[in-house]
Amino acid sequence: MPKEPVAVVGIGQTKHVAARRDVSLAGLVREAALRALQDAALTWADIDAVVIGKAPDFFEGVMMPELYLADALGAVGKPMLRVHTAGSVGGSTALVAANLVAARVHRTVLTLAFEKQSESNAMWGLSLPIPFQQPLLAGAGGFFAPHVRAYMRRTGAPDTVGSLVAYKDRRNALKNPYAHIHDPGITLEKVQAAPMLWDPVRYSETCPSSDGACAMILTDRTGAARSPHPPAWMHGGAMRSEPTLFAGKDFVSPRAGRDCAADVYRQAKISDPRREIDAVEMYVPFSWYEPMWLENLGFAAEGEGWKLTEAGATELDGDLPVNPSGGVLSANPIGASGMIRFAEAALQVRGQAGEHQVDGVRRALGHAYGGGAQFFSMWLVGAEPPPG
Amino acid sequence: MRDVAIVAFAQSDHLRRTDELSEVEMLMPVLHQVLDATGLRTGDIGFTCSGSSDYLAGRAFSFTMALDGVGAHPPISESHVEADGAWALYEAWVKIQTGEADTALVYAYGKSSPGQVRDVLTRQLDPYYTAPLWPDSVAVAALQAQALIDAGDTDEAALAAIATRSRRDAEANPHAQLSGPVPAGDYLVRPLRTGDCPPVGDGAAAVILAAGDTARALCERPAWIRGIDHRIEAHGLGVRELTESPSTRLAAERAGVFDRPVDTAELHAPFTSQEVVLRKALGLGDDVRVNPSGGALAANPLMAAGLIRLGEAAARIHSGASHRALAHATSGPCLQQNLVAVLEGESAHA
Repeated sequence: MPKEPVAVVGIGQTKHVAARRDVSLAGLVREAALRALQDAALTWADIDAVVIGKAPDFFEGVMMPELYLADALGAVGKPMLRVHTAGSVGGSTALVAANLVAARVHRTVLTLAFEKQSESNAMWGLSLPIPFQQPLLAGAGGFFAPHVRAYMRRTGAPDTVGSLVAYKDRRNALKNPYAHIHDPGITLEKVQAAPMLWDPVRYSETCPSSDGACAMILTDRTGAARSPHPPAWMHGGAMRSEPTLFAGKDFVSPRAGRDCAADVYRQAKISDPRREIDAVEMYVPFSWYEPMWLENLGFAAEGEGWKLTEAGATELDGDLPVNPSGGVLSANPIGASGMIRFAEAALQVRGQAGEHQVDGVRRALGHAYGGGAQFFSMWLVGAEPPPG
Repeated sequence: MRDVAIVAFAQSDHLRRTDELSEVEMLMPVLHQVLDATGLRTGDIGFTCSGSSDYLAGRAFSFTMALDGVGAHPPISESHVEADGAWALYEAWVKIQTGEADTALVYAYGKSSPGQVRDVLTRQLDPYYTAPLWPDSVAVAALQAQALIDAGDTDEAALAAIATRSRRDAEANPHAQLSGPVPAGDYLVRPLRTGDCPPVGDGAAAVILAAGDTARALCERPAWIRGIDHRIEAHGLGVRELTESPSTRLAAERAGVFDRPVDTAELHAPFTSQEVVLRKALGLGDDVRVNPSGGALAANPLMAAGLIRLGEAAARIHSGASHRALAHATSGPCLQQNLVAVLEGESAHA
């Protein structure tokens, strides 16, 4: 029996900011969930199950917070599933929720991801040392900077490319009311003058720490028919994982990312992603990951990703807009960041992305990754239902 | 729905401390054992899902290292729940239902020994109103036990009898942490005595799921999952009737428990008093063999103990000791979240 087609009929985000001191964890997630329900014109009673994700529990200091959040998310009496796949979790959570619909286990599912980083300290949360394992004492930036340097050496990319990405994403963010970082006075010179944090990654090329949540309502064909707004249809979705550390690991272009993209394109019958995909929301926490992932996801040949960025192809008005929302560089509630990518891809094909809407998007890719660039989750959504 | 079965189950010996082992080292033999039982290798598995908790390891992203033990290269289709492995099994069952996988490896592990687990579990409570008071896991369970006694549902002698039966049954379980005669002991938190409480320990477990003919090829007598469902209740202890478990009842209804009698029930009841609550919610009579493994009172490795209930129930089916078994897993304080599955020996299409 073929899978049930999965439709996104509701999307809700909070305004992402450094600290939401006006709401509790419960208040934060409820805000996003209520906006998604409103978008779908549904109530809590219409929801059959809740799938929630976030990055490590140490980021807020609450062990398995979904237990406490069950009431706030209307989950009492329902199934509630908690996903945790490191930075890719927002995407994985959406895929687990989508599977519930695709398998016809449930008809309408609320999925939500969040992070309230102001309740703790992410750098601390990432740096707890344990014996006999490599410590990550410099946070995520310290881990990823050497891989960026390896990319530059391998491809010969000029050292200006990273700042172009940051300048673009931060300008896109000015068009997105939910983005955390809004700097109307941004210039390329200001980006390039920022202090170096982890060479070659400058402060201005680094994601912020944000409080925020993102929710989506996923439903079946019948549910989609009742949707007051155009749904986004899932055409493919996949997760891939590989170990953190092993001799054959390519940190510049992990095989798990390439395999994951290939699986999504196979499901969505995409043979030329550069030509057939109209917008991409990819997980770029440090600016150089845009050219790196352009290659990993098959939008550019190996060694050529930076040329797309440099030529302006990934600008909002380029032929392959990347991160029209402003991306992770402009808002990073870590656990939610992957789901925001998935949700923004859906907004684009629904034509509801507001000021950062790209004209005529029929198919869009949402991408997330996590851990030591070892966990990947992606989906491809379209304005039309999948064939068949 | 596709027919899906548990075709293999393995678990570690559950020990009070495993200081000499990392989580990965504790898990590796279990993974090898469950794969060897089917002859499958990591690369043959369609989907992998695990359950664990960062708070037990005391470190963010602790599960990322466990993946090294699986040997995930070439890359695998994989996911993780920050919960008991029973919920990882549920996610894997859903994945097989989509048709995207025919087999799944599910594993779970927990090391409670590095910390004070009674303190650690307080961090699971409402972070603003309850957790700052540090009510520990035994104290919270004692509230429930006292409510049951006050309601006339049980008494201390009946609770002690549950402990005695569980640990006597555990004598036949080579993996159990505690077995044999256990004195009721002193009160830990009234009305719970040491005998009413689970041991604190480290352990791991793994199962393999397979669909249809693949299951038949991998296992002589697959344990078919006839139904599986899970439900959650309100978190606040003050807004729940602690002597009842409506989420268990509802999950059991959805899983088809009440369609026909079960002969065996593996209940995840870390405290004797919780077995009383669960028996009532599930309508289990004295004719049902409850926790022949000794249950969580004999070994309660956090995040694995629920998956072990599913594995133990499946093992009874595999051996022919059971024809229709119920497996239950719980999460959260005082049975807040509950999963129920029904396993059967014969295929409906046989």
